[in-house]
Amino acid sequence: MKRLGYGDRTMVIIIYILLMMLAFTTFYPFWNAFIISFNEGKDTALGGVTFWPRQWTWENYETVFKDKRLIGAFSITVLRTVVGTITSIFATSIFAYGMTHKELIGRNYYMVICIITLYFGGGLIPTYLLIRGLGLDNSFWVYIIPSLISVWNMIIFRTFFNSLPDGLQESAKIDGCGSWGTYFRIVLPLSGPVVATLALFTAVYHWNEWFLPSIYVTNEDLIPIQTLLKQVLNTNIVTANTSSLDTASLAILGKMQSITSKSLSMAIMMVATLPIVCIYPFLQKYFVKGVLVGSLKE
Amino acid sequence: MAQLSIEGNTVKKKNSSSLFIRFLKQWEIQLMVLPGLILIFIFSYIPMYGVLTGFKDYNIIKGFVASPWVGFKHFELFFNSPDFSRVMRNTVLLSLLKFVIGFPAPILLALMLNEVKNMYFKRIVQTVSYLPYFLSWVIVAGFFTSMLATDNGSVNIALEKANLIDQPINFLSISNYFWTILITANVWKDIGFASIVYLAAIAGVDPHMYEAAEMDGASRLKQMFLITLPSIMPVVIIFMILAVGNLLNAGFEDILLLGVNPLLRDVSDVIDTYVYRVGIQNGRYAYATAVGLFKGIISVGMLVIANYLARRSGNSLW
Repeated sequence: MKRLGYGDRTMVIIIYILLMMLAFTTFYPFWNAFIISFNEGKDTALGGVTFWPRQWTWENYETVFKDKRLIGAFSITVLRTVVGTITSIFATSIFAYGMTHKELIGRNYYMVICIITLYFGGGLIPTYLLIRGLGLDNSFWVYIIPSLISVWNMIIFRTFFNSLPDGLQESAKIDGCGSWGTYFRIVLPLSGPVVATLALFTAVYHWNEWFLPSIYVTNEDLIPIQTLLKQVLNTNIVTANTSSLDTASLAILGKMQSITSKSLSMAIMMVATLPIVCIYPFLQKYFVKGVLVGSLKE
Repeated sequence: MAQLSIEGNTVKKKNSSSLFIRFLKQWEIQLMVLPGLILIFIFSYIPMYGVLTGFKDYNIIKGFVASPWVGFKHFELFFNSPDFSRVMRNTVLLSLLKFVIGFPAPILLALMLNEVKNMYFKRIVQTVSYLPYFLSWVIVAGFFTSMLATDNGSVNIALEKANLIDQPINFLSISNYFWTILITANVWKDIGFASIVYLAAIAGVDPHMYEAAEMDGASRLKQMFLITLPSIMPVVIIFMILAVGNLLNAGFEDILLLGVNPLLRDVSDVIDTYVYRVGIQNGRYAYATAVGLFKGIISVGMLVIANYLARRSGNSLW
């Protein structure tokens, strides 16, 4: 090992300090929300709960898991994530596989049609009017159908499929496999990494998406957890200023005795976050690769 | 493969029906792309056509077809409204701020991470910094409101303990702080993830260059600025050009969630949130569509400029 010069050592120390500060400021909000979710509500309101819970309690979580509306929202989110991810990955990859065929008539036109949508769009209001016109509002399918095909993912799939050796598919054809057979028996099984990456991103999208339901869905049984959380948080923020309170969220908060809105919303926040926090370290190596595949396609 | 193309050649000699026959012969793969094309047509192209709503006096009962044309009425209304200057100022300044601060931040992080030789430390910092990208804006806004709260928010507690303030500050209701908070939240959420590509580019730099520089007595700081940074410049430029095309997106979810307080409207209203509020909350569909279209047109202009820049730097986008 070479010894670093004086200037170099100072620089390295400064960099370590800056990175530690970054890691701390990134991690601390999680930690703070986490411990507040385990701290007794009234005690939290006294202030000063910063690093450790002062009055440990499960009460916040008990309240959360007893609330029918929250359990419903959680189940809808899980259902939406599972169904949305599987259908979207299938639809998009089949579409992409079709597009890899060089003999496909109209292939270049199809590609132009796809690319245009990356740069132009109708915007919020025409889309809103369309979805309502189709009668998709207040239906579970509004979560699934409009996001079935992602052009970005199609391009990434296509790039990956193109990199598979041609010989494999040709021999499958010679052995009597049609295009569908080749897709299911050869192409899909060989596409593990790209399917995993895109499935992760699609799943994260479905898990986190809250805006769609907030404008299309009024049926409370269909509201996912992020949208519900948004309503609860907004109630807390706005209480002081306006009277436009969401009565449904107040109903949840109204049950509180020793539980305050803050401690409860932290618990809901943890319930909405932890699934991602838990799977994420296992998937890190995939998405780092996946991001690179995605960025190289240009 | 070969067989197919021979077949294609022989049929080509016949006339127009050949295309149809070839099409029928490949019905299997046409069937693979058909559902995708239909969905793209419905969910992307119909709304593009629906943009014409901005030129009509849209009436939800009459529907799109029966509503009368009114030309540029809604555009004029928007340009003459008192909202115009406020919304435009916020949109342009916020998106510029996001670009100026949000774009170099991940590059800086990647450069710093590259100097870390302790693999454990590096991995911990990376893992922690990627994570916020995977959280929804609802959660991120929740963290920020909780940190900045007057009752037991950690920021206020820290400031009080440091004797910098006597009274807790209600950060999220004071318009002077809003842009800082918004930009910080954006950088906080995206910095780690955006640094991945730059880290990959840095990993591709030839190590011999560092060795040679070291022989010549260049310090680590000099190596960073004279070798690492120039080496990843092509990647930086591509991403910068992509960001230019995106320049009018001042934000939507972040502003909607962090700018809940109506007191902030003067500084938080951007085109996208304005379209949402006027269109969906107040039901003025035609007017909001016109405003959205106005933004779309400027964005396309930006994109053309971006592509022009891209061509000049040899990285055309299309």
